[in-house]
Amino acid sequence: MKITRKEVEHVARLARLELTEEEKELFTGQLDGILAYVDKLNELNTDGIVPTSHAVPMENAFRDDLVLPSIGIENALANAPDRSENFFRVPKVIE
Amino acid sequence: MELHELTLHELHELLKKREVSSVEATKALLARIDAVEDRVKSFITVTPEEALKNAEAADQRIASGEMDMLTGIPVALKDIFLTKGILTTCASRILSNFIPPYDATATARLKERGMVLLGKLNQDEFAMGSSSETSWFGKTRNPWNLDCIPGGSSGGSAAAIAARQATATLGTDTGGSIRQPASHCGCVGLKPTYGRVSRYGVIAFASSLDQVGPITRDVTDSAIMLGAVAGYDPRDSTSVNIPVPDYRKALTGEVKGLRIGLPREYFIEGLDPEVKKAMDESIATFRSLGAEFVEMSLPHTDYAIAVYYLIATAEASSNLARYDGVRFGHRNQDARGLLDMYMVSRDEGFGAEVKRRIMLGTYALSSGYYDAYYLKAQKARTLIMQDFVTAFESVDVILTPVTPTPAFRIGEKANDPLQMYLSDIFTIPVNLAGTCGISVPAGISSGGLPIGLQLIGKHFGEETILRAAHAFEQATEWHKRKALI
Repeated sequence: MKITRKEVEHVARLARLELTEEEKELFTGQLDGILAYVDKLNELNTDGIVPTSHAVPMENAFRDDLVLPSIGIENALANAPDRSENFFRVPKVIE
Repeated sequence: MELHELTLHELHELLKKREVSSVEATKALLARIDAVEDRVKSFITVTPEEALKNAEAADQRIASGEMDMLTGIPVALKDIFLTKGILTTCASRILSNFIPPYDATATARLKERGMVLLGKLNQDEFAMGSSSETSWFGKTRNPWNLDCIPGGSSGGSAAAIAARQATATLGTDTGGSIRQPASHCGCVGLKPTYGRVSRYGVIAFASSLDQVGPITRDVTDSAIMLGAVAGYDPRDSTSVNIPVPDYRKALTGEVKGLRIGLPREYFIEGLDPEVKKAMDESIATFRSLGAEFVEMSLPHTDYAIAVYYLIATAEASSNLARYDGVRFGHRNQDARGLLDMYMVSRDEGFGAEVKRRIMLGTYALSSGYYDAYYLKAQKARTLIMQDFVTAFESVDVILTPVTPTPAFRIGEKANDPLQMYLSDIFTIPVNLAGTCGISVPAGISSGGLPIGLQLIGKHFGEETILRAAHAFEQATEWHKRKALI
């Protein structure tokens, strides 16, 4: 086994996913199969190989620090699931 | 000929000569959508009022002589592109109520040119899939055979072109999501070089791989659409600041002396015999046009899928962390506390494939596994990229199939994620290397399904692959075949 059900529960918590019992069962089997497959990368000798994070070499993208108009409070809050005045309202944070 | 049957460049000529108005063309496309949409289901949202308003404005612009190639052309966009004031869902329940406050740069560039927006197209949820079966809004069907998948993730974009529901469309391609559905639906699909088209306002899946590109009826339309959206954008730090050529000028029909590579890793056992036959015939066509063929190797091809499913899922798990039910999107209203709200909203909002990929990506990035999975994959990615860089020292273009088989049946791979992933073997390496690739129609199977040919170019080699694709198109009739729906 590459991954156990306990690890799946741990990863789900890290990913902020409240999985059902059926999903935990399903994902444990499927992720185990996928991880077994990707193990083939261990056939490759990658000593001294520089990892690629971007396909096109580029330097830092700087811009001038200019003050420009933003979308505004009403637009920013227009999709809010719950709002109060100019704030996003959420359930109680501190128990 | 009926107006919905015209290519972009054909319709442009009629609009320019004032033989047809944009309002007439738009009404024809809207009528076509009405006639076939209940069978194909290409769209998540159709916007007839917006379209007719755009069309009237386009007609005024044409009358004033200020016309662009896109002015008055009915276009539809994959539902991954933000469209100001128009529902944009990425085919997910978690964004099923999201009205963007701004446009993607690609959307804005097409609007500036006077496109008519017909609506937003179906796809796999968050562009994660190869079949358009994972959409919260239901499955899109292949217009060539309604029991088959249209491909994915830009399945709606390809199906809409095949069913003549839009004159041109845009999709996105992270591991083949433009080229594979274009191949399955008999269209032309272009994935430009990483950095060629801005991703600002395009809902992110895997940021080191995602790229925007057109799905169109023919290669000329592909060149026009690429030219319309390509170019530097200060709002996307990965967009590259080099000039945008006039891609139509590259379509000379001339491929004499062009060196085309045939990578032996792409012509393997397991390749469908009809796909193999279409490739052999395509090679013969190019030979008759004066192109030269070189046998070559991309030795790390076999590792591409493993690399891709680690890198893409790792990046996705990070990108999708923003969907927390706080500022926009779906929220579970019964949650007892903040953490509970995050976890239940996300569980309800995401479908199984998206959750599976978030889980895999989170695992690959988590403490203790980062080096073994994510870092190892990034190193292997370097080897795959080097394969292409080395190859392009001796060839101009690489020719391969787009997919190992024609479109499979709906449901056939839905319960086996690994089998689904393996179907992307010929398209994924191009994303990992960041180069460009185009899919063009190159055959029809005995079952009546289109077969596509992929031409891969070097970084910013779009003109070369468009030229080769166009020469092939001129020499064949496959792009004129159409789905009988």
